[in-house]
Amino acid sequence: MKDHATLAEAFIQDEARTNWHDETLWFVRQKRDKAAHGLPEWEQLREWASQIKNHTLSHMDSYLEEFERKALANGVQVHWASDAAEHNRIIHDIIKKKGITRIVKSKSMLTEECHLNHYLEEQGVEVVDTDLGERIVQFRHEPPSHIVLPAIHLKKQDVSDTFHEYLHTEKGNNDPTYLTRAARVHLREKFIASELAITGVNFAVAETGGFVVCTNEGNADMGTHAANVHIACMGFEKLIPKASHLSVFLRLLARSATGQPVTTYSSHFHKPKPGQEMHIVIVDNGRSNILGKADFRNALKCIRCAACFNTCPVYRRSGGFSYHTAVAGPIGSILNPNFDPKKYADLPFASSLCGSCSNVCPVKIDIHDQLWKWRQELTKAGHVPLMKKIMMKGMAFVLGRPALYRFSGASARWVLRYMPFMVKFKINPWYKQREMPAPPKQSFREWYIQNKKK
Amino acid sequence: MKVALFIPCYIDQFYPQVGQATLELLTKLGCEVDFPLHQTCCGQPMANSGFAAASKDCDKNFVRNFTGYDYIVGPSGSCVLHVKEHLKDDKHPEETIHIRKHIYELSEFIVDVLKKEITSAVFPHKVGLHNSCHGQRGLGLSSMSERVLPAFSKPEQLLSKVNGIQLVKPVRNDECCGFGGTFSVFEEAVSVKMGKDRIKQHEANDVEYITGVDVSCLMHLEGILKRQGSKIKTIHIAEILNTEA
Repeated sequence: MKDHATLAEAFIQDEARTNWHDETLWFVRQKRDKAAHGLPEWEQLREWASQIKNHTLSHMDSYLEEFERKALANGVQVHWASDAAEHNRIIHDIIKKKGITRIVKSKSMLTEECHLNHYLEEQGVEVVDTDLGERIVQFRHEPPSHIVLPAIHLKKQDVSDTFHEYLHTEKGNNDPTYLTRAARVHLREKFIASELAITGVNFAVAETGGFVVCTNEGNADMGTHAANVHIACMGFEKLIPKASHLSVFLRLLARSATGQPVTTYSSHFHKPKPGQEMHIVIVDNGRSNILGKADFRNALKCIRCAACFNTCPVYRRSGGFSYHTAVAGPIGSILNPNFDPKKYADLPFASSLCGSCSNVCPVKIDIHDQLWKWRQELTKAGHVPLMKKIMMKGMAFVLGRPALYRFSGASARWVLRYMPFMVKFKINPWYKQREMPAPPKQSFREWYIQNKKK
Repeated sequence: MKVALFIPCYIDQFYPQVGQATLELLTKLGCEVDFPLHQTCCGQPMANSGFAAASKDCDKNFVRNFTGYDYIVGPSGSCVLHVKEHLKDDKHPEETIHIRKHIYELSEFIVDVLKKEITSAVFPHKVGLHNSCHGQRGLGLSSMSERVLPAFSKPEQLLSKVNGIQLVKPVRNDECCGFGGTFSVFEEAVSVKMGKDRIKQHEANDVEYITGVDVSCLMHLEGILKRQGSKIKTIHIAEILNTEA
């Protein structure tokens, strides 16, 4: 499988498109800045959000039990899934038992993580994604490239081509209003006909047993209102203790994600309406493993706003697919190695460690520090290319020995001065697009000894 | 006040003029400066690549060289941050803690410890300031666009007193230049693209120089500028502050 660096290099080949991708996401980051700087209490909100999440993670067992108790009392059916396979099976069982064929799903990164669509397809069940961006990438048989803006890698004309193929819109009509209307007509039919609506969960409230789903398109509501069965899927870290805590998180979420003061729809679900069934699937899928690691548990505070994606100078210039996983970007780079350290060993290195992610994060996850720690862990576990290992051990050996260091430094300068062809070739990744520094005659130390030393 | 001068390895080898300017500047400001002769590298290149455990010899050598001083000062925010956060020598825990607590990047040392301003410098040029991430977000040399906190900048505070200088900020004032240590080699394509974009933002301001507190960022930008045949030059903040009429 290709690693991030290779996939990123391929992405950057089309420089104009890379610039467009970078600028589009930077625009979202700027909108976020305006929204955040409009609230003098922003840093206080972040601190509260962080503390509430830390507290919840420390008492996860009791809050989960409380949530289940309250949800059951509300008439909701609660399911526990230890991994992706069990999550998918639970949903398929409900579908099978009811003989359901028409299914709509609003945005849920958890179902992406569990590859639910793919699993159900294999069982002969079709699921229609109703978030506009998700529907576009679903038509194209692509995964989302961004957790909030799934089709952000596509331009108007790409969407137009896709809709022409699947919705028979006019070829070459790139007008966003025209295309959105076509999607709306298409999705209305799916909503009206749907028997089952699957949604994600943004926040689950322990004290009420209810949960909140945030969308801008109202597609979660359209689906759940029309269907007789509602299944909500959540990773267990979505839990917060009290309904009043929503006043912190709902203010942070949309501002961090898109710069809106609040999502257009923040829908609160508590109990099934008469005649409807409501299910909640609570998923672990490796989360308790993260919870057990002091260095990395903090990552479970994530509310999936994607502010770290939009701010990341690497993500903006390499695109979501270069991370080869459902949750890309900086947060994905610290979550995924928990699930499969070998497969995702490249991701913690896909960062210049600039630290912007940790500071933009509305729940104060120490993302860039975790990236650094993951690098140590992955190296310890042996998930590191042999060449890199040889290079690093060699450097450490030389730099740990002052005399050898001075000899090597002088040699390097000598080579650069007198035999530059030895280093100036294009397989030297520094020299490919950059000049080497001009070698001075003397090192600082040599100058110091000659001129300053008493 | 006994100050040890920490000259990171790549500055020692490739940018001795930055070390010279730092030494002269600190001396001018009244510090008694010593350069421990057997220093090498802080260990950051290995540690950031996942080999912190392999750079024990660097750490030990660092502690050996920099024990016994009131302060340690270096012209590189990134290396200073690495020492502050990660220096480890189990055999000399007290000395290690002292070093970690008393190591400073040059501009913060002048502003926070010496509490001085430099009015003697003359640099009649249009200069773009590059905010290096580790200095800015790691050491807190200046406020950052992500956080909602009062604005400040220690490097800018010093540069604003330089005679004749015209200091300009690029759009995306604090975006990373893409150096990132060995990231520059292992993620070459993204690294260079980030650098090219950073340069474009400075070019838009028609600057003659790009300056900053980290030679590593400047080395990366200089490499790209030279390849592009650009007239823009890079210069470390110490070299500007050390100029005289």
